[in-house]
Amino acid sequence: MFKSTTLAALALSFMAAPVLAQTDITWWHGMGGRNGEVINEISQKFNESQQACHLTPVSKGTYEEALASGIAAFRSGEQPNILQVFDAGAATIMAAKGATIAAEDLIKGQGERFDRKDFIDGVSHFYADSDGKFVGMPFNSSAPIMYFNTEAFEKAGVEPPKTWEEFETIAPKLKAAGYLPMTASQLTWMMVENFHSRNNQQFATNNNGYDAIKGTELTVNTPEQIMMFDKLKDWADKGWYGFYGAGWSDNLKPFEEGKVAMWIGSSGSFGGLQKSATAPFSAVFMPYWASLADHQMQSFIGGAALFAMAGKPDDQNKCTAQFFSFLTSPEIQVYWHENTGYVPVTTAAYELAKKQGYYEKNPVAEVGIKQLMLPGGEWTKGYRLGFYPQIRTIEEREFNKIFSGETTPKAAFETIETEGNALLARFAKTSS
Amino acid sequence: MTHSPSSISRPLPVPPPLSARARLAKWWRGEATAPAKRVQFDRPLTPWVFLLPQLAVVVIFFYWPSVQAVTSSFYLEDPFGFSATFVGLDNYTDALSSGEYLSTATFTAGFALVVTALSLGLGLLLAVKADKVIRGASIYKTVLISVYAIAPPVAALIGMMLFDMHIGPFTQLAGLFGYDLKVGVNYWDTAFAMTLIAVWKQIPYNFIFFLSGLQSVPVSVREAALIDARTGWARFKDVILPLLAPTAFFLLIINITYALFDTFAIIDVIVKDKPANNPMTLVYKIYLDGFKGNDIGGSSAQSVILMVIVAALTVVQFRFLERRVHYG
Repeated sequence: MFKSTTLAALALSFMAAPVLAQTDITWWHGMGGRNGEVINEISQKFNESQQACHLTPVSKGTYEEALASGIAAFRSGEQPNILQVFDAGAATIMAAKGATIAAEDLIKGQGERFDRKDFIDGVSHFYADSDGKFVGMPFNSSAPIMYFNTEAFEKAGVEPPKTWEEFETIAPKLKAAGYLPMTASQLTWMMVENFHSRNNQQFATNNNGYDAIKGTELTVNTPEQIMMFDKLKDWADKGWYGFYGAGWSDNLKPFEEGKVAMWIGSSGSFGGLQKSATAPFSAVFMPYWASLADHQMQSFIGGAALFAMAGKPDDQNKCTAQFFSFLTSPEIQVYWHENTGYVPVTTAAYELAKKQGYYEKNPVAEVGIKQLMLPGGEWTKGYRLGFYPQIRTIEEREFNKIFSGETTPKAAFETIETEGNALLARFAKTSS
Repeated sequence: MTHSPSSISRPLPVPPPLSARARLAKWWRGEATAPAKRVQFDRPLTPWVFLLPQLAVVVIFFYWPSVQAVTSSFYLEDPFGFSATFVGLDNYTDALSSGEYLSTATFTAGFALVVTALSLGLGLLLAVKADKVIRGASIYKTVLISVYAIAPPVAALIGMMLFDMHIGPFTQLAGLFGYDLKVGVNYWDTAFAMTLIAVWKQIPYNFIFFLSGLQSVPVSVREAALIDARTGWARFKDVILPLLAPTAFFLLIINITYALFDTFAIIDVIVKDKPANNPMTLVYKIYLDGFKGNDIGGSSAQSVILMVIVAALTVVQFRFLERRVHYG
């Protein structure tokens, strides 16, 4: 009995393997929950769409854990074909020339079609080199946008602000209506990185780090950046802004409970908020300073990109290239967009979602992509900074100190610049 | 056991010296220097075969990574391992001259001290009290020990629900006294929550050992003590405590190790991957710089420093403290 079933199983597996002769490729990512499920669904769609390749997605935990596992695997020659790397980790993998094959080279080399112009403007620079060549394949892209509690705004009789100047005029009214006017998750992404992008400010020397690794230094100790945090501190003292630490959900929770009028979060938070928010909500662009920029600029994309790892046989690379093309097809992009809240990365996909009437039903879903399609300026392409995850940790530490009154924004940004530049110099030494 | 020469009045008869070959033959037969009563294996290789699995574990999981850590601490390496530049002691001086590293080290020392003292003290207190309970003793013991079954991340999750900034009962309780408790924002508030959760998690462990230590104190000794010392405190101090010393010394080492290393999971849950200005231990910083920051050289240097500190601490404990401990 046991023998015969074993034999049957063996026979089956031998039959299945040579008949299909599939090439197996793997994809390591850092997404969980609903987003992780959608990744599995997309992989299944890819496997069903053709016979030659079989893709296996593997969740490695968080973004940081996925990058760390990918690095460890690469060092022992066990790297996956595709690795998802998040915005702050981009410099790490892109500085390691020879660890990846540029997505553009890979796709073109396998004779597939690729045109940079297919991609939405705000998406196409962040994971590209200084010549504009796509190194990473943009995948899950998001923008920081401002969600607002519609009930609160009706009660206070005000309109959601476009600029921070407008915010200052409506905040007292929202407070009088019984709401905490604003909270924000991840100040590093919103009030530092995207503060520079939305207001078209230089973030680092060497063209925001794109042109060279050596000698790149942060330019955050500026009157403009310090003003942003002076204001935030002032608003916190006046009860217009609530600071609940560096944790994402600690700052989101009071908005979900309907106690806060505005929350700055990710366009990718839309899916989750639909389930968790207790009050009706909508969204607008993240505010900018009218005093700093005569018109608002696009934001940096958040989220992550896919990198094709080097050192894989050609037949597997062919499958990876096929999958990248499959992933950017309008149908798959729209499926991803509608199921997760991340923005579509190609214009064709955006047009398709529009044509299907998705945004008429869900206007909030369009806010992020519209913000990424705003005109770009000199400093809106992105940033390329080594050890940036550690620099973010320094920023988070100093922000806690600002709001607990242990330091001033001026002193905090001096520290951030000094310690951050030391890390950048260290990174430059590693890649020599 | 070695005989000290002074305890022997007459010199023992010295056996005639053996030839090298005869000694080798004896050694091979397992009779080499065997004292009369020691049990020996027939073949000298046999014990090594039995030791092999354990030695393999120690070599693979301890010595080999340690050597790797020491080596990479002298290099500055790109994360993917394409280039490694020898930088001498730079990684060490970078770590030791960083204010952030020193304040983490200071916190770690204070945290280890407080967690060890509180969890040992409270564990002992509860054990002494539970030892006296006659009615319903097993219920008390079960309740006190059950916390030990909770995994550290779960313990921290429970703790953080209680300390939640928005809905946590402890936060609300502090609010009643007019204190705005902000765990995750305020350094000392987080330090308080961290210590409380770490101590809570460790008390049952100490309780189990202290209780079994107390129960192994012979009844005859206790009765004799009753005659000698009138007050309970004096009996405890002069009789029970010295008998508990071996247990206490063992627990001291275990608790310091716990506070330094095993609290990792608790800290990870409390700071939610974003330490910001919150306190953390040296181990957590090593993880953060190495795995989140991909700085392998710097992280290795920090772990070598920690290795040296812990080794020194252990030597001190065994050389100076253990002398005062009497084993049965």
